[in-house]
Amino acid sequence: MPDMPETNTGADASGKIPVTVLTGYLGAGKTTLLNRILSEPHGKKFAVIVNEFGEVGIDNDLVVGADEEVFEMNNGCVCCTVRGDLIRIIDGLMKRKGGFDGIIVETTGLADPAPVAQTFFMDQDVQDRTRLDAVVTVVDAKWLGQRLKDAPEAHNQIAFADVLVLNKTDLVTPEELAGVEAQVRAINPYARLHRTRNAQVAIDDVLGRNAFDLDRIMELEPDFLEAGHHAHHDSDIQSVAVTIDGDVDPDKFLPWLNDYAQREGANLLRSKGILAFRGEPKRFVFQGVHMMLDGDLQRDWRPDEKRTSRIVMIGRDLDREAIEKAFRACAV
Amino acid sequence: MTSAAPNATATGAVTSLLDHVRPLDAGAHVTGAAFAGDTAMLALGDGCVLLCDAAGERRVDAHPGGAVLAAVGAGDRFITGGDDGRVVATLANGETQAIADEKGRWIDAVAASGGAIAWSCGKQVAARDAKGNVRRMQAPSSVRGIAFAPKGYRLGLAHYNGASLWFPNTDAAPEALFWKGSHLDASFSPDGRFFITSMQENMLHGWRLADKKDMRMSGYPAKPRSLSWSHDGLWMASSGADAAIIWPFEAKDGPMGKAPRECGVRPAKVTQVAFHPRALIVAIGYDDGAVMLVRLTDNSELMARMPAAGGAVTAMAWDAKGKRLAFGTADGAGGLLTLPV
Ligand SMILES: [Zn+2]
Repeated sequence: MPDMPETNTGADASGKIPVTVLTGYLGAGKTTLLNRILSEPHGKKFAVIVNEFGEVGIDNDLVVGADEEVFEMNNGCVCCTVRGDLIRIIDGLMKRKGGFDGIIVETTGLADPAPVAQTFFMDQDVQDRTRLDAVVTVVDAKWLGQRLKDAPEAHNQIAFADVLVLNKTDLVTPEELAGVEAQVRAINPYARLHRTRNAQVAIDDVLGRNAFDLDRIMELEPDFLEAGHHAHHDSDIQSVAVTIDGDVDPDKFLPWLNDYAQREGANLLRSKGILAFRGEPKRFVFQGVHMMLDGDLQRDWRPDEKRTSRIVMIGRDLDREAIEKAFRACAV
Repeated sequence: MTSAAPNATATGAVTSLLDHVRPLDAGAHVTGAAFAGDTAMLALGDGCVLLCDAAGERRVDAHPGGAVLAAVGAGDRFITGGDDGRVVATLANGETQAIADEKGRWIDAVAASGGAIAWSCGKQVAARDAKGNVRRMQAPSSVRGIAFAPKGYRLGLAHYNGASLWFPNTDAAPEALFWKGSHLDASFSPDGRFFITSMQENMLHGWRLADKKDMRMSGYPAKPRSLSWSHDGLWMASSGADAAIIWPFEAKDGPMGKAPRECGVRPAKVTQVAFHPRALIVAIGYDDGAVMLVRLTDNSELMARMPAAGGAVTAMAWDAKGKRLAFGTADGAGGLLTLPV
């Protein structure tokens, strides 16, 4: 996928402040990456939200300590959680609007990224003022294998990522690196992956990604060429992608998608899709976090573009055959 | 509505209040409004308090380099809590007094009553009595709203999964009020019978304190973040819909089983409500910047500000006599309405 020319950070045309979520296991290099972002000569000002008991040494004017209060919403569902402190902090930050161009949320090593992401779906005030730009996950090339064995959070953090920073590549051999990459790809083949030392990654590769912007979801292809690493199943999280070579019936597809997200939402971590609806000149694009779905008609299918329908789901113990069968039943 | 006096009758002489508003350029997000005597005060997102009186306007830098996150009027003083961790009192003459310094932790909520002041940062709550003695407690989760009970030195605290009632001068554990979900703003009814919170899930929750009976006031399209009680204590106005939603509290059960009144229906969302201190008149601020006064007795409406640039109305306050109304918006506009006599 070629890099899109993008202006990174800064409130967009809608006036919404972009929010980047930085996750990764303790010691993977999150704070190094954060300080790198902050010290680049981009002329932008950021508000940084960190765990109040987290790693210290963040070089920024506006650093807010968060207490990572995860709240269940009142629908009685265990996967429908938000970060209450984040709602409160964003409300406060917006009172000094104009003082910064973007918000970076650094989560603790043990944090599940879902409540952070869902806060941007669930809270109207947060949605009105900010937009989730991307979940960036820093992975330690040397210790990932161990983390995947002892820390379920590490799986979630990789599964949720829009951007993966595979850090400390200088501490492993090329063979070890290939193995780690295969492990990461077995969980999430769709995130953009960058191999780094000292978290040295271009700022444009982590900010201004618009990963949650339906307008910007261009294609849903794996980010690497050699697809199908079936050898590395160290995780119970995997991705399922199904393509229909043509249109689907929205009256079949939308009820199925909603029902599936409601039933399997706890296991379904991220979902995305671009669909050709019968008789509809525009592309339908959706994305979701657990049961929360966001979808809309976007631009027209171009004359030179083949009308296809593709869904991608990343989750825990997903029933590949059932998804494929149900989706194919929506084909026209 | 021709005067601020109770039971005034409409003579038809006044059809709008637009010419009676003195515009104020706050220049930053208006977090709160209050009067200290004849001086109107707006607390701002740039850390300043804007003072407005007959002599003119001036700014006091109450939180240098910070932003005011919460503000409440306290008689002759305006109490502000900032993201600099400080609680500051600003007087009508522009003098400021440092009340507390929480070492840079955000002050999320403030409340004041009869010389006492309370504030929260995260789970930590502090209450300072009129003599300056400070007592502290830790709530089960972050406290988003604080209110003093109308009688006795007692606080109601809104937090996740309910509220706590705390007597700062006793060592007794706070009394817990449970209701699942995230509770935001807090308010006691003026007779002390009810404690009301606004909730993340676009509703109000209430407890009848005598028996802890729950009340749910739902159906709002947005969070009802602004609450105001009528001077007689019989009505509570709330924001969060395209009209001010006004609940009757006269009955023993409060609003249970009763439909609310809707005042000031407009094609915009109500963001602020403020009952007149002496008459059944409610001032309503909208997300398009408009301000309207509605009299409950006959539903007569008077516009005080047309929709305008400057964003949603975020703060509103009457003076003690009910002659003037100060308001401010999200992007730093504001105004001072003086009711025609
Ligand atoms: Zn759920």
